[in-house]
Amino acid sequence: MVRSIWGVRSVRGAFLAATMLAGLSIAAPAQAADSIKVGGLATLEGAFTVLGQDGLRGLELALKEANYTAGGKKIELVKGSSDATPDSAIRAARKLVEQDKVDILVGPLSGDEGVAMRDFAKTHPNVTFINGSSAAQDTTLRNPAPNFYRFNTDGVQWAAGLGDYSAKTKGYKRVVTVAEDYGFPYSQVMGFMLEFCKAGGKVADKFWVPIGNKDFSSIIAKIPDNINAIYVALGGADATNFLTQYEQSGGDKPMIAGSITVDQTVLGAKGKRRSYLIGTPSAGPIADTWDDAKWKQFVADYKKAFPDGLPSPSLFAHAYYLAGKAMVAGLNEVKGDLGDGEKKFQAALAKLTMDTPTGKVSLDKNRQAVADIFLTEVVEGPNNTLMNKVVKVIPQVNQTMGMDEAEFLKLGPASRDNPECR
Amino acid sequence: MKQFILTTLNGLTLGALYFLVASGFTLVFGLMRNVNLAHGALYLLGAYVGWTVADKVEYWLLGVAAGFAATAVLGLGLQLLIFRRMEGQDLRQTMVTIGISIVLADLMLWFWGGETYQFTPPEVIDGSLLLPFTPNWRYPSYRIALLVAAAAIGVGLWLFLNRTKVGMMIRAGVDDRAMLAASGVNVQRVFAITFMVGAGLAGFAGVVGGTALSIAPGEDVRYLLASLIVVIVGGLGSITGAAVGALIIGLAEQYGLAYSPTYGAVYTFLILVAALALRPQGLMGRRA
Repeated sequence: MVRSIWGVRSVRGAFLAATMLAGLSIAAPAQAADSIKVGGLATLEGAFTVLGQDGLRGLELALKEANYTAGGKKIELVKGSSDATPDSAIRAARKLVEQDKVDILVGPLSGDEGVAMRDFAKTHPNVTFINGSSAAQDTTLRNPAPNFYRFNTDGVQWAAGLGDYSAKTKGYKRVVTVAEDYGFPYSQVMGFMLEFCKAGGKVADKFWVPIGNKDFSSIIAKIPDNINAIYVALGGADATNFLTQYEQSGGDKPMIAGSITVDQTVLGAKGKRRSYLIGTPSAGPIADTWDDAKWKQFVADYKKAFPDGLPSPSLFAHAYYLAGKAMVAGLNEVKGDLGDGEKKFQAALAKLTMDTPTGKVSLDKNRQAVADIFLTEVVEGPNNTLMNKVVKVIPQVNQTMGMDEAEFLKLGPASRDNPECR
Repeated sequence: MKQFILTTLNGLTLGALYFLVASGFTLVFGLMRNVNLAHGALYLLGAYVGWTVADKVEYWLLGVAAGFAATAVLGLGLQLLIFRRMEGQDLRQTMVTIGISIVLADLMLWFWGGETYQFTPPEVIDGSLLLPFTPNWRYPSYRIALLVAAAAIGVGLWLFLNRTKVGMMIRAGVDDRAMLAASGVNVQRVFAITFMVGAGLAGFAGVVGGTALSIAPGEDVRYLLASLIVVIVGGLGSITGAAVGALIIGLAEQYGLAYSPTYGAVYTFLILVAALALRPQGLMGRRA
C-alpha cells in the first residue's frame, strides 16, 4: 500500500501547489481559460480512509480515460480531504472553491457530508457540484440545490429488492437493524423497511451506533433472541469490527447487509472469520461479479490503472467514476464553455443520459440519478475469495421507489424513528 | 438483567484494555514528568508489528511478544537518543513527543496502508463460553482472557514497583528525583528502564487490544485520548489511579452505549469535567 501515503502526501502537495497557483492566477488570469480546474473531495482521513482512496481512484480513472481533457480543455485535478463529518467536508470544499477556485467540485463521499454540501452549493451558484458517492436521500429529494447533481443512486434506492427478497425468499419475519447514526444509514434502513414491512416483516428494534465506534459488545448484548436475522448497515472498519465481535459473543443469526457492509473493503478485509458472510443478501448500485461485458471491462480497466487498488472497484470508485464520466460528457457537449455561471454546462448535465458499466443512468427533475440496482448474495469465489453474486437486477429504480412522489414525501424523511413497524 | 450484566462485563473488559494502555503512560509520567504524547503511536505500532509477526509465524503469542519487544526497544531508543538530551524541559519534551507521534503515524500509514487488520487469536480463547450461574448466557472468551491478563499485569506492575529494587528506585524517583540521584543511584538507567517498560506496555496493549477490536489508522489518537482521560481521572503517575480511572471510563462508555447510544460519548467527558472541577489531582493522585 505505498499508494496510500502518496495519496495523502500528494493531497498536501496539491494544497501547497494549488495555493501557489491561486496566487499566480491573479497575476495571469488568462491561464484559467484553457484549463478547467476540478476539485476531487473524498474522505482521506478517519474511519472511511480506504473508501475515500478508492473513490478518488474512480474519479482518476474517468479522467485518465478522457486523457485529462474535456471539451478541448485540459483538466486539472485538485484533491481535498475530509473525515466524513459535515464540517470537515465543508471546510475542504470551501478551500477548494474559494482558494483554489475550482470550476467543478466532485464529492463528497459520505451521507451527512452530502446534505451539508447541498447547502454549501446554494451559496456558490456559479460553481457546479457533482456528488461523489454520498447517498443520503434528502440531499436531492428535499430542498435540492439547483447546481448540485447526483449521478449515483441514493441509500433508499440501493435497497431496492432487498426487503422483498429477505421476507419472501429468505423467509425472515422478524429482524433488528444495526446501523451507524447518520443520514446515509437512515436512508438504507428506510429503503429496506419500505419493502420488508409491506411484505409482512417486523423490525423489532433499531440500534444506531456512532461512526467509528469500535466496541459493539454492548449493542450485541441488547440483540434479542427471538429474531430471524440482523440487518446490518455499517461501513469499512466498523462492519469488520461488528462481525468479529458478534461471532465472538456466540451470535449466529444470519445477516442481511446494507449496500456498503459487504462491499469489497469488507470482503477483502484480512482475517479468517468470513465463512459467516456466505449467504448474506444485499442490494446496491454495483455487483462485483456481474456477468456483463461493460462491467467486466470497467473492472479490468480499474485493475490495470491501479494494480495496488482493491481486488475489484468498490461502489465508491464506481460512484466517483460515474461523476467523472458525467462531467467529461457534459464538458464535451458544451465544448468546455463554462461562461455565464456555468449555465450551459449545467443544462447539459441535467439532460445527460449515460450508458455506464452498470447500465443506463439518467437524472430526474431534482438532478438525482435513476439507475439499475443489483440484488446480490455472498458466495465463495475462486482462490478462497468472497464475492457478491447477482440474484436479480432491478431496472431503473427512481428516487421514490416507484411510488407516487406526493405519497412518498408523506412518509417523511428517514430518521432514527422513521419508519417503524414493530 | 442479562443486558445489565453483559454490559457490566463489557465495561470491565474495556476498562481492562484502557488500563493496559494507560499504565505505561502513567508510569512514565509519574517518574519522568514527561507527558509522552507518542504513547498512542506506540500502541498502534506495537499492534502492527504484532500482527505482521503473528501473520508470518501463525502463532499469536509470538505476536504479543513482538509487539511488546518492538515498542520497548523503540522506547529505549527514544529515551536514550532524544529525551535524555532535553531533560527537565517539560514543554520541549511534550512538543517532541507530538512530533514523533505524527511522524510515526504517517510512516505506519505508508507501510501498512489504510486497511483494517484483524488478529486470529488462539482457538482456546477464540469463541464464547457459558457464564457460570446463568441460564445459557454466552460471553466472548477472549474478553475474559483480556480481563485476566490485565489483572495479572496490574498485580505484576504492583509487585515490580513495591517488591523489587528497581521499583523502589522508581518510587523514590517519583517522590524526589534530586534526592535519588544524590544517594548514588544512576537515575538515567532508572529512567531508561521505566521508559522501556512503559513503551513496551503500550505495544503489548496494542496487540491485545487490536485482537479484541481491530487495528486501523486513527486508533493511535483514540487510545492516546483514552489514556489521557484515564490518568486525569485516576491521578497522573499512580498505577492504582490508572486502574480505577480505566474502570470508571470503561464502564461509563459501555453503559452509555447500551442505554443512551446517542449521548454515549458525553458521559466520558462529564466525568472528566467533574474530576477536574472537584479533584484536579485525580482520584488517587497527590498534589504536586
